[in-house]
Amino acid sequence: MSTRLIRPSRRTLLKMTGAAALATPFLSIRAAAQTTELSMLAWYGHAEPDIVGEFEEANNVKFVPKYYTGGDNMLGLIAQSPPGTFDVILSDGEYVQQLNAAGYIEELNPADYPFDDFFPEFQRFPGHWQGDKLYSVITRFGFLGVAYNTDTFSEKEASSYDLYADERVTGKLGHFDWHLPNLGQMSLHVGNPSPYDIDQAAWEKVQEHTMGLRGQVGGFFDYGGTFSSLDNGQMLAFAGIGDWITGTLEKNGSPVRSVIPEEGGLQWTESFSIGKGSKKQEMAKKWIQWITSPEGQAKSADMAAYPAMVPSKAGWQVLNETNPAEAKRQNMMLGERNAMDLIREGLIQYRQLPVQQSLEEWNDFWSDYKGA
Amino acid sequence: MTKRPTLFSLILSMPLLVWQLMFFLSPLLFLVTISFWTVRNFQMQPDLSFANWGRILTRGVFWDAYLRTMVLATAAAAITSMIAFPASYAISFKMSEKAKRWIIFVLIIPFFTSYLVRVYSLQVFLSDAGVVNAALGYLGLGPFSMLNNAFGIIVGMITLTLPLVILLQTFSLNFVNRDLIEAAQNLRCGRLRTVFAVIVPSAKVGLVIAALFAFILSFGDFVSPLYLGGGNPPTLSIMITDITKSGQQWPRAAVVAIMMIITLLTVAFAAITYAYRERGK
Repeated sequence: MSTRLIRPSRRTLLKMTGAAALATPFLSIRAAAQTTELSMLAWYGHAEPDIVGEFEEANNVKFVPKYYTGGDNMLGLIAQSPPGTFDVILSDGEYVQQLNAAGYIEELNPADYPFDDFFPEFQRFPGHWQGDKLYSVITRFGFLGVAYNTDTFSEKEASSYDLYADERVTGKLGHFDWHLPNLGQMSLHVGNPSPYDIDQAAWEKVQEHTMGLRGQVGGFFDYGGTFSSLDNGQMLAFAGIGDWITGTLEKNGSPVRSVIPEEGGLQWTESFSIGKGSKKQEMAKKWIQWITSPEGQAKSADMAAYPAMVPSKAGWQVLNETNPAEAKRQNMMLGERNAMDLIREGLIQYRQLPVQQSLEEWNDFWSDYKGA
Repeated sequence: MTKRPTLFSLILSMPLLVWQLMFFLSPLLFLVTISFWTVRNFQMQPDLSFANWGRILTRGVFWDAYLRTMVLATAAAAITSMIAFPASYAISFKMSEKAKRWIIFVLIIPFFTSYLVRVYSLQVFLSDAGVVNAALGYLGLGPFSMLNNAFGIIVGMITLTLPLVILLQTFSLNFVNRDLIEAAQNLRCGRLRTVFAVIVPSAKVGLVIAALFAFILSFGDFVSPLYLGGGNPPTLSIMITDITKSGQQWPRAAVVAIMMIITLLTVAFAAITYAYRERGK
């Protein structure tokens, strides 16, 4: 059998090219029409390709992120947007109750999510449930302790909040500019076992103690400023942060680390909810299922923007197998003493909103402290 | 007899009027309005409450920040003007026309780059282990603390305003009547006296306007106080962001913003009055 090559004429070639060029926009419009856009309100990094890329590809979804800094900022953004603006909302654990009370999030079906994979401590996480009704699924957590420059201090020296008053830290103590983690640490330092549930006398003691450190402070920094001032060695110790900042820097070679001091540390948590009135609730649910799956959890633990521990034991298992170095760095090794033991030993307290004082009262004191 | 404006000239001036109404007066009125609103559950509610004004104006922390911001902006404007003047003088009086064109082009270049990026890069120079301290170390000096303090803030503000102030001063000095300088010199007036007795008074309007711009830009600057001053202690612009971050208190932030606008209008009015005031009046 002989093969015959058909050589197209110049006119045919022009026709074919023209037809292809004309058809291309229709093809791309058709493809774009099939892509679902999912809006996400979150801290920076959660809708970046290293986290959502695989899910986007598998489900033909495109995330449209709106990033915020701090729970108040998040609540403000939701309050000022029409219902249904955000399909998925990532919030700090302590703000879930406020989201729910304001009617900003949908009720979830517990059977949809892999709680059996979670460590028992995270299966019915406080504030996420109202009786048997679920409103949010915890997806990550981390500890806040003493962040320090490893060239200047040993881990032993940094293992107490006393480091903040060390003369080597004068003018070199940085604050992450948010009252909640900083004042929580000060509350632990003065010996309050429940740092956010304190009476008036204890609150006054916290204020007095905090003011006593004012002369040590080199600056109050936002997210970017915290990174740069630790990285360039301008700040030698930092209050109000933990491995979520120092871990990223450490992985890039900076001599900084965080340690849980003997007075105890704080725990931050992040949880996903579905925004009230979202028209893409099925896809939003699918996303939360994916990020809480063992693979999603392992990926989330090593997020490029900031690392974190994850509540899923099955996620730990995957991380131990696929990225043992990161599992070890984050104290997430199974079968040996790990981060869960710190929680179980009572060394870690949840970061929460003040119980006996108003948020405004804590806020006002923080403003006074900054301006002092 | 004053001539009545023609329809053509009225139409030509309309865009400016419309622009100012849309993007200056309307937002300003809105700002004043929301300063009387209240916030409930992170949502602003229309109201007629004086609580925000009372709260902000009775807090010592506001007045401390106000005074601090005034001092920093005044210092930045004064230092920038003093640094800029010799350069402007040299450009205007000593350089050839060709060299002038080049130097003016060079002075515009900093505006091509983001101010935020320039300030971030200044951290590399000013930090304890930075370029400046390393250079001083070779001379057996330092290290000096230049970051996260007033010095860092002033350096940032000068970085922001210096090119603009040099340009404004240069344009102003270019219009000084050279015959007056020649006459002063013919009357045996020394160089320094010529500068202060002839050139500075002749260019007064431009020099004052340049200093005013430096003050305005520095007074409202957010980037330098945060990234070179470490927000320690805060200025009014940082205070505005603090207030909006915590509890979404936009009405209280509006009060701070209005106080800043009133201050700037007062300073601008005083400066322009002074600039155009004739000698002896």
